[in-house]
Amino acid sequence: MTAGQINEPMQETAGGFADTAADAPIPTLSLEGKSRSWLGWFVSDDPPGRALLNVTMLLILAVLLFAPFVFPGSKALDVAARICIFIILVASYDLMLGFTGIVSFAHTMFFGIGAYGVAIMLAKGWSGWTGVILGTLIGAVVSLVVAAVIGLLSLRVRAIFFSMITLAVAAFAQIVAEQWRTLTGGEDGLTFDVPAVLSRSFRLVPDRVMGVIINGPVITYYITFAVTLVLFLLMLRIVNSPFGLVLRAIRENEFRVEAMGYRVVAYRTLICIISAIMASMAGSLMALVLRYNGPDATLSFTLMIDILLMVVIGGMGTLYGSIVGVILVVLAQYYLKNTLEMATGSMSGQSPMAALFHPDRWLLWLGIIFILIVTFLPQGIVGRLRRKR
Amino acid sequence: MSETADVLLRVEGVFTNIGRYRILHGVDFSVPRGRVTALLGRNGAGKTTTLRTIMGLWKARLGKIVFDGQPITALETPHIARRGIAYVPENMGIFGKLTVRENMLLATGRTGFAQDQLDRVLQSFPALKMKWDSPAGSLSGGQKQMLAIGRAIIEPRRLLLIDEPTKGLSPAMVDQLVAALLRLKRENTTILLVEQNFRVAEAVGDDVAVMDEGRIIHAGEMAALATNHGLQHRLLGLSVADSA
Amino acid sequence: MNGDWHKRLQQWAPYALTPLVIIAALPAIGPGPWLTLTVAGLTMGIMLFMVAAGLTLIFGLMDVLNFAHAAFVTVGAYIAVSVLVPLAGWTNETSLALNIAALLVALVAAAIASGALGFVFERVIIRQVYGAPLRQILITIGALTVIEQLIIVIWGPQAIPLPKPAMLRGSVFVGSSSIETYRLFALFVGLAIALAMHLFLTRTRLGLVVRAGVEDREMIQALGYHIRRVFIGVFMAGTALAGVGGMMWAQYQAVVNSQIGDGMTILVFIILIIGGLGSVGGCFIGAILVGLTANYVGFLAPKLALGSNILLMALILLWRPRGLFPLAEHH
Repeated sequence: MTAGQINEPMQETAGGFADTAADAPIPTLSLEGKSRSWLGWFVSDDPPGRALLNVTMLLILAVLLFAPFVFPGSKALDVAARICIFIILVASYDLMLGFTGIVSFAHTMFFGIGAYGVAIMLAKGWSGWTGVILGTLIGAVVSLVVAAVIGLLSLRVRAIFFSMITLAVAAFAQIVAEQWRTLTGGEDGLTFDVPAVLSRSFRLVPDRVMGVIINGPVITYYITFAVTLVLFLLMLRIVNSPFGLVLRAIRENEFRVEAMGYRVVAYRTLICIISAIMASMAGSLMALVLRYNGPDATLSFTLMIDILLMVVIGGMGTLYGSIVGVILVVLAQYYLKNTLEMATGSMSGQSPMAALFHPDRWLLWLGIIFILIVTFLPQGIVGRLRRKR
Repeated sequence: MSETADVLLRVEGVFTNIGRYRILHGVDFSVPRGRVTALLGRNGAGKTTTLRTIMGLWKARLGKIVFDGQPITALETPHIARRGIAYVPENMGIFGKLTVRENMLLATGRTGFAQDQLDRVLQSFPALKMKWDSPAGSLSGGQKQMLAIGRAIIEPRRLLLIDEPTKGLSPAMVDQLVAALLRLKRENTTILLVEQNFRVAEAVGDDVAVMDEGRIIHAGEMAALATNHGLQHRLLGLSVADSA
Repeated sequence: MNGDWHKRLQQWAPYALTPLVIIAALPAIGPGPWLTLTVAGLTMGIMLFMVAAGLTLIFGLMDVLNFAHAAFVTVGAYIAVSVLVPLAGWTNETSLALNIAALLVALVAAAIASGALGFVFERVIIRQVYGAPLRQILITIGALTVIEQLIIVIWGPQAIPLPKPAMLRGSVFVGSSSIETYRLFALFVGLAIALAMHLFLTRTRLGLVVRAGVEDREMIQALGYHIRRVFIGVFMAGTALAGVGGMMWAQYQAVVNSQIGDGMTILVFIILIIGGLGSVGGCFIGAILVGLTANYVGFLAPKLALGSNILLMALILLWRPRGLFPLAEHH
């Protein structure tokens, strides 16, 4: 941010957009001694905060933990798995956007790389768990390398320039995925078999447990849930570590941080890498859940916009905001469509109002909500709730 | 500074922040009409910030700036410029991709130059005539400085704010610049001059204000400071050799 | 002496790129298709320039990157359709004059509509986010979505065909090459507009102020110019140009759908990156290069065609990391 702009230099912080310097929180680079209960250790001393949030988070955790039992049926389980995967995808994006101030449009690319890693392995004959593990690893390594290159580029160019380049790179990845039929299956994508344990016909125990058959998809879900939980707690640990504090300081004023002796490029690159690897793992999980991968499933720009929506609505720079954002947007997409359907039911088919409220236009309303939130609630929901009174 | 002098610009209790950092901590001084006031101080003392605040490029959080009896603190930069204040920044503010002619043209209010104005400027800075249609970016450092000042004086101005004009110039160019400033002085132009080079400040300045850490720590006549080596050393860290 | 020569070469090298590419393509492609493809490339380039020039000027002057720029392209395209359908009487006549008249009416309508929308957009949306790059990106992406959805609300989700006017269909033959007639028209109109832009920027007072403002916004204000008042004008001009680009592109594609702007977005961004953010001249060269590349590679190696421009961008960034004609450091 260069000084001497036409307006007062606006401070953009993850907790919101402070309009004057006085409102912006001052980053400290030291960790004061904090009391550590075992629960505190678990969430890296970064609990949701407000009572309402704590309760909500616990509720969400419980629901997701018991999802196969609370929402029986493969469709609902599918949605629950998606929510878990998206939580990782969006939270890892928040690491870059909310905590370090980097706007990248290439996040879906890493998501796709992880998904294709598993998909290609399983589809090309490396079946079973070998394929899954190898695929995940390869995806993670490729993501690491690509993220490292992009991260090193981030010093040489200005922020907006960087964002545009990530857009171009992501578009390129999409083109490669669509064109390289022999490797990626082109536009049709790849369908493959998952390890036996995860298949639909597998039964962990012969009888129903609480009325639910414990089959492959249920096991897949629990793997997804477990990985999501672990990665999320890991992210909490990262942002509350000394490393994380440096990131926040970089977001506030990178020149100062550089002057203090920290190599800003190194930190930025590292967070890009971490973020990319997590997105890649989320992608690998996605492939397992879908038993399919294609450019539309993981590489689309619409998905990138969804991620932005979720992280902004939930609250940038809070990680918990990702959880809130994912659930809200997923619910919104579902309920908006239903609400709109009900609304148009009562209007005549050809009127302009009917067109405005047509269920296919849910994106219009989501977009309006998005603009309203960026304007009036820039800290997002969690950010707002967490703000000191 | 004599209190009875007619004051053109008064800065009162100005605090300015850049982002989170407080730069000016209550700056108080005046610039008398028709005289050259030198604003001195170490690097980072806040001299450039003071000029930029006067010019409205940065807003003062607190305090007042009064120009010829009218408060200008809250005004936008273009308004301040139109009141008759010209600004020659440290980086000279030359539009490198525009020609010298176009740079000068921007400083006049009409589509053409008044011939007498132009002659006056070109007399002071003959090098500009040679490079008239060249891109300003191709000029040497000294020539750019000439252009910057020429641009500031082509139309009559009531106050010139000049920030470190001699920085990075060869001794020959510095002399040329000092000569130009003295010519302006003879025409009774009011100038607020920020300078690191004490010799130049001494040659041109009538009054002096010294800044340190965002405050004015000394104000008075240049003549008094010029002969008081001890005071010079205390205020500016200068030894006798520097002011010789 | 040697250093001077070297510096000169560095300075003029970007200008040589386009002619070099055109000349290099000739042996690779063969004279017949070469002329067709070159004209196609130039035409595509000039249409992309229309769209990109506005965006780069807006960024250079106002430090605003409008991710919703594509929406104005789409608006221009749809307005053009709305105008040309009732004017079918003119476009179906075998009179070149009437055909061109119809297209010009559509062009002006597209410009006015996009410009007007740009006015509203600047007041309502952009005003809030000056000096805040993150919010700019977010809010303009949101606006893009909303505008495109509104277009579907107004015009419906299905694609609308837009056949070319009678006299501009088909091709002319030059030697062994066939050149689509419409392309010549688009090229002519595009160059005329580009020339008008150039004259405005270099010969008028306002153009001078804009050019200076792009270089140093603070200094132009310190010289007494209310550059903020110029912003709205430049923004509207930029969006109007995008609308014109959309209209020409729609006519060229002969079909209009709500994605028409999005398809161009990535190419426009590539052009901005290649040319250097804020440089209209760089934008021109970048646009022509992108158009030529798309067409040449499309002929020589169709599989690479889609990705070829991104590769071009990568190559140029390796040579000039901030684009061909980057602005001063503070941009």
